[in-house]
Amino acid sequence: MAFVNPKKKEVQVKIVYYGPGRGGKTTNLEYIYKKFSARIKTEMVTIKTHGDRTLFFDFLPFDIGKVNGYDIKVQLYTVPGQVKYNATRRLVLRGVDGIVFVADSMMVRREKNILSIKNLQADLANYKKSIFKIPIVLQFNKVDLAEQGIPLTPVETLEKDLNSQLKTSAFKASALKGTNVVQTMKKIISMTISTIVKELK
Amino acid sequence: MSYTLGQEQLDRMEDILQQNLVDIGVRCVFLIDMAGNIIANKDNGKIKHDVYSLAALAAGNFGAVSAMAKIIGEGEFSLLFHKGKKENIHFNKINADFLLITIFSNEISLGFLRLKVGEAAEMIEKILSEITTP
Repeated sequence: MAFVNPKKKEVQVKIVYYGPGRGGKTTNLEYIYKKFSARIKTEMVTIKTHGDRTLFFDFLPFDIGKVNGYDIKVQLYTVPGQVKYNATRRLVLRGVDGIVFVADSMMVRREKNILSIKNLQADLANYKKSIFKIPIVLQFNKVDLAEQGIPLTPVETLEKDLNSQLKTSAFKASALKGTNVVQTMKKIISMTISTIVKELK
Repeated sequence: MSYTLGQEQLDRMEDILQQNLVDIGVRCVFLIDMAGNIIANKDNGKIKHDVYSLAALAAGNFGAVSAMAKIIGEGEFSLLFHKGKKENIHFNKINADFLLITIFSNEISLGFLRLKVGEAAEMIEKILSEITTP
């Protein structure tokens, strides 16, 4: 639920990184925070457990400049991926404008990806939103693990599992190394902004 | 769903926050939606909090407390308030979509604050009921 403030000439947009636990959602935000530290004036907020898992959410506000004379304030959030944090995960999705689904490319996590995207569909339906209508980008994370000989799900299989109906942009990425992290973010921001512009016309 | 408020509505809401709350001595007050967006904020000019992070956390906190209320069979908790040594934070639900967050020192009594917040919330609710969703 983006909010447009004509007084401050400002638009606030909420983008949520969703996906299975330990898939690299927080790592995406940490990379963005490091890469753009000169432009991000505040600290990244994280609520995590002692075991370093996201308990509630991570939050990173990010000014991306002006569109049509309005300052765009993008608020990046992550959800906790672990199944047991279902209640808090759902809370974070309230008022979401755009989604990055971070899938785990490791072969052993294939089922977890499928389960998580189904979960996303249900969570969105809870707010009367459709996964087919909301701006969404897929990210196949951890492709760098191939170098270490860890078996990965082939991209064609990930596409078939997760993107056969959505038919949206998907990026092969390594959140740890930063490969395609910025590209993923740029894509979801541009998709989300153009949807908001259309809605407000 | 995106939404916007007119300049005139935002001006009126800021005036309410100023007159009802900042002028009685609260340090900082902000109106947010449940997604964590800031709709309007006012402060006494002496503090510089990171209001965007505060808004995100406040919306999350309120959401978590409401979910707890439901689990134990309460519709919602009527008083949501965190007390510190010097600073306190008070949450007031305006309607299903909006929250009013007030940060105040021990110089103001909680009872007086709740009274003034209640009055401001009522006036803001009227303005928000004019909201247009495209």
